[in-house]
Amino acid sequence: MANLVHLNKDNFEKEVKQSTEPVIIDFWAEWCGPCRMMGPVFEELSGEYEGKLKFAKLNTEEEPELAGGFSIMGIPSLLIVKDGVEVDRIVGFAPKDTLKQKIDGVLSKLS
Amino acid sequence: MNDVIIIGGGAAGMTAALYTARKNLKTMIISVDVGGQTALPSNIENYPGYDGVNGFELMMKFQAQATKWGTEMITGKVVKLEKDGDIFKLELESGDKHESKAIILAFGKTPRALNIPGEDKFMGKGVSTCVTCDGPFYKGKTVAIVGGGNSALGGARELADIAEKIYLVHRRDEFRGDPIEVDRVRQQPNVELVLSHVPKEVTGENVVTGLVVEDTKTNQEKTLKVDGVFIEAGYIVDSAFLGDLVKRNEQKEVIINQLNETSQPGIFAAGDVTNTPFKQTVISAGEGAKAALQCHNYLTGAEVGLDWKH
Repeated sequence: MANLVHLNKDNFEKEVKQSTEPVIIDFWAEWCGPCRMMGPVFEELSGEYEGKLKFAKLNTEEEPELAGGFSIMGIPSLLIVKDGVEVDRIVGFAPKDTLKQKIDGVLSKLS
Repeated sequence: MNDVIIIGGGAAGMTAALYTARKNLKTMIISVDVGGQTALPSNIENYPGYDGVNGFELMMKFQAQATKWGTEMITGKVVKLEKDGDIFKLELESGDKHESKAIILAFGKTPRALNIPGEDKFMGKGVSTCVTCDGPFYKGKTVAIVGGGNSALGGARELADIAEKIYLVHRRDEFRGDPIEVDRVRQQPNVELVLSHVPKEVTGENVVTGLVVEDTKTNQEKTLKVDGVFIEAGYIVDSAFLGDLVKRNEQKEVIINQLNETSQPGIFAAGDVTNTPFKQTVISAGEGAKAALQCHNYLTGAEVGLDWKH
């Protein structure tokens, strides 16, 4: 999967804050059923946005401080981030079409 | 064309698909999610054969078994269902269209919203509908959980190990959940029962700071100081897309007979979406199998629809 990075403390600065393209981050955890439903949909979509939107996953259990930095209180949460700043948040499981519509809406505003 | 389209991918839908696919019927599941309600709890203790199993992992097994026999699975929300002669035509939110000779409704129930101020504003940011998912974010905090059934009781017990203090808010003065779950909650020293109270408002500026509750007997309001609110207040049937195709009861549940036939020939239903009592994974699985077998009878010309009562 080319357009999919796994975030941690070490690569967060480079992959998110210094990213030239906007980033969508999937905050998830192993024990969260809806997150695991979201995972395959998210990964499937990542290929369609190559060069336009970077797809990233963040395990809230392994990286609680990064999750806390974005005030994550519920998962799955998908955050669209530009220059390290949150521009939109999608909370809860969303089917592929719904997610695609929301992403396209945000991207059209950003460009 | 599909022989059968199953709407819903929970225990009932996946089991129905397993049975229709094994009868060599061309089977498609259309579902907004994978696994339905069963996928949410972290530990299920009453599904036979599994002495404690993660809900999502159990449903992954259901799905693998259904698809192994040829079921095609599509993610999406059905917004329209019409009957055209003997053919059913479906339209999804995405605009995609599908057709089949028979339908099995198995889309279960949708969590009931509280419909109070603050609920939408803080959804996913202090208000949650999934204890298992979001409980760990409330370590050492104070939370309220609203509801009186097994989901609320199980949720309160799960939260008792994580949060500092839990208020269990229920509109009645007794619980409708299993006595064993009630006992377990009563034994938790950090769970305070707030019975005969209904939630009125989730308060806070940027983060949740409180839940206003009203005493159903005296109408007096008070504010519980909480960092989060979990909603486990039961479920509703979200079936507007069915129009007048099938008869439903006062709770909007699809009425079926003992062969899982609805009032509309060619449409069958199973699981939590129906008026079958007891909403349980094992019951939904069994009902899904029944619906599938009767659907097979219908498609192969066996006699059906003789004992439909309403």
